[in-house]
Amino acid sequence: MHELKVTEDILRIANEEGEACQAKRVTDIYLTIGKLSSVVDDSVQFYWDYISQGTICEGAILHFNRPPALLRCRQCGEIITLKDELAPCSECHSFDLEVISGDEMQVDQIEIEKD
Amino acid sequence: MAERVEIVRKILDSNDRLAINNQKRLDNHQIFGVNMMASPGAGKTSFILETIKRLPADVKLGVIEGDTAPVTIDSDKIIQAGMPAVQINTGGDCHLDAVMVEMALDQLPLEALDLVIIENVGNLICPAAFKLGTHANVLIASIPEGDDKPYKYTNIYRNLDVLIINKTDLLPYIDFRLGYFKAGVEALNPGLITFPVSCKTGEGIEAWINWLNTKLGERKA
Ligand SMILES: Nc1nc2c(ncn2[C@@H]2O[C@H](COP(=O)(O)OP(=O)(O)OP(=O)(O)O)[C@@H](O)[C@H]2O)c(=O)[nH]1
Ligand SMILES: [Mg+2]
Ligand SMILES: [Zn+2]
Repeated sequence: MHELKVTEDILRIANEEGEACQAKRVTDIYLTIGKLSSVVDDSVQFYWDYISQGTICEGAILHFNRPPALLRCRQCGEIITLKDELAPCSECHSFDLEVISGDEMQVDQIEIEKD
Repeated sequence: MAERVEIVRKILDSNDRLAINNQKRLDNHQIFGVNMMASPGAGKTSFILETIKRLPADVKLGVIEGDTAPVTIDSDKIIQAGMPAVQINTGGDCHLDAVMVEMALDQLPLEALDLVIIENVGNLICPAAFKLGTHANVLIASIPEGDDKPYKYTNIYRNLDVLIINKTDLLPYIDFRLGYFKAGVEALNPGLITFPVSCKTGEGIEAWINWLNTKLGERKA
């Protein structure tokens, strides 16, 4: 899908934050990308290797945390993990479920070197 | 010396922030904004043209047409039907984003408009991830696409306000299990407002116009 845009944004954030702490180099970047955001890790990595060149993030290792989506049953309140896309509530078998997490995309932490 | 720095910043947050700006801009002009999504050829442009034919005479519509290629086929049709339209060429991108919509809004006579419909790029995956600043997400599914699409493109169905099922005139010729389709939709988006229509015969479109009129009335109240 639009991994290039996602990767460009990761680079922008990591460069900004790295520069703000006077980093010489950003060595590691920790990402949380929920399973519901249809982003493919390998494509992000592919773009990353190109677009990070010549920045303080060049060569930084991307760490992907891909938490599963959580659904809350509107009937009984049970919270279930989304496995099969269309499985009903494991408690009461209702399909009246709302997504409560799984589409988050964020940069959590960076690891930097100052000298 | 390595050092771990806590950040927690959202990716693509700038798109969300721009989308909020777009919505404020529409709100300032009391305009109702619709993000119309569908796969290629589902009938987005046909449906907008049918909508134009049936809108009350005092409702002024502006259309933003998104395509990946530098063509003006769709926007020309809208202009021919008597409404202002802006064509966006995404340069190969698979979706519209809030920046593109912001630039398109600059080219529409917002003071004169009540309704803006954005025809997104034909795609069932990427448009779902980019907010534009509209008030309603509308998907046009169509009978020839098959009845299993809600099961395969779950994300887009989860985030809809209205579902249009187009090309119902083709139901006699295509093996489309309406019950199976609707069960999938119901599991993803319980109680979703749904209008089965045919742009060829005009059947069902009046119900959509009524829904739209209610929304437009709420804006002006
Ligand atoms: N039989 C039938 N054909 C339809 C109907 N609605 C649209 N079509 C036909 O479907 C084809 C595609 O319609 P468009 O309105 O161009 O579809 P679109 O979604 O705007 O297509 P793109 O912008 O290219 O993604 C055209 O040949 C239309 O005449 C319908 O209700 N019934
Ligand atoms: Mg079209
Ligand atoms: Zn339950």
